[in-house]
Amino acid sequence: MYESLLLVSTKYSLITGFAVIGFTMWFSYWLSARLTRGRVHGSAIAILLGLTMAYASGLFTGGSKGVVDIPLLSGIGLLGGTMLRDFAIVATGFGVNIEEIKRAGTAGVTALFLGILSSFAVGAAIAMAFGYTDAVSITTIGAGAVTYIVGPVTGAAIGASSEVMALSIAAGLVKSILVMVVTPFVAPLIGLNNPRTAVIFGGLMGTSSGVAAGLAATDPKLVPYGCLTAAFYTALGCLLGPSMLFILMRTMLPA
Amino acid sequence: MIIYGVALLATCTLIGISIGQILGSLIGVPANVGGVGIAMILLILAGSYLHKRGLIDVKTEQGIEFWSAIYIPVVVAMAAKQNVFGALSGGPMAILAGVSAVAAAFALVPVIDRMGRSPMDSPASQTKRVGG
Repeated sequence: MYESLLLVSTKYSLITGFAVIGFTMWFSYWLSARLTRGRVHGSAIAILLGLTMAYASGLFTGGSKGVVDIPLLSGIGLLGGTMLRDFAIVATGFGVNIEEIKRAGTAGVTALFLGILSSFAVGAAIAMAFGYTDAVSITTIGAGAVTYIVGPVTGAAIGASSEVMALSIAAGLVKSILVMVVTPFVAPLIGLNNPRTAVIFGGLMGTSSGVAAGLAATDPKLVPYGCLTAAFYTALGCLLGPSMLFILMRTMLPA
Repeated sequence: MIIYGVALLATCTLIGISIGQILGSLIGVPANVGGVGIAMILLILAGSYLHKRGLIDVKTEQGIEFWSAIYIPVVVAMAAKQNVFGALSGGPMAILAGVSAVAAAFALVPVIDRMGRSPMDSPASQTKRVGG
């Protein structure tokens, strides 16, 4: 029986994904209405549920792809993969007001640079506090705090050890997951309720998945504005990490 | 027809992502340079052009709106495939680095918001605001 079910769920993987995620959404909105009287947004609960399921399956299967490591749920990988994610994000742009983007343009660029610099500085400072003294390791961990792609790209370019690269990936993952979870709660405190601050937020955080999910749980109307700036963040980080930031660290520290 | 909307969205996405990929290889970074952002701007421009010409009807718009509405479920699926276990077992340093980076970025949102406002947007900004 399990074999038959497995056959269906692999052959119709995307359809299984739709059904499972649809049920998760329904359950989350039900919880939101029942337990929090709508105060915690249903999509925030759904994202949290998704992350919890990913943790549990990582714990039991030992894999690194969340629930996708459970054979019956492999379709979630396709539904939540880069292809459909980017397709859906671009679609949210259809309702965007181009004037809002023009007005927030300069602030968005400022946010991109300050976002990368501040994440890097904080990450590097913590690496030093934990006893790292060489420029290569400190730069790699700092770059990991930028995003989990910038970390290993920088590390590979400047020759970091695989242990340090793994740490930098973990730092970036923590960042992206935390942005997904806490954005809806922090949003009212930092004025994240209009296109302008959403553009700034996307540039400062930069993690595409974190920004996409964090804004979705805050106010879906803000998603395209944040994702627009976040789209440039990882590339800018990959550009600055192994060059300017590494040189900066090397001049400040003994090799 | 609904497929016209889906096809327009698909074309804009492919062109945007391709431009991002080409830009990345031109400046020598192994990442897509703003592909999603470029695709989004293409869709906005194409959409408003076709709208003005009256070439886009309700059915065509529905083809785009469906994908825009399916966005949150896609994000939930994306959350479910994250390596959460790996992130949390990275040890205290990785967790602290991630948490501090997020805290710093959150704190900077209101700072940049205030910094870049032109005097036109808020007349009060000419007298320098203290605190806040």
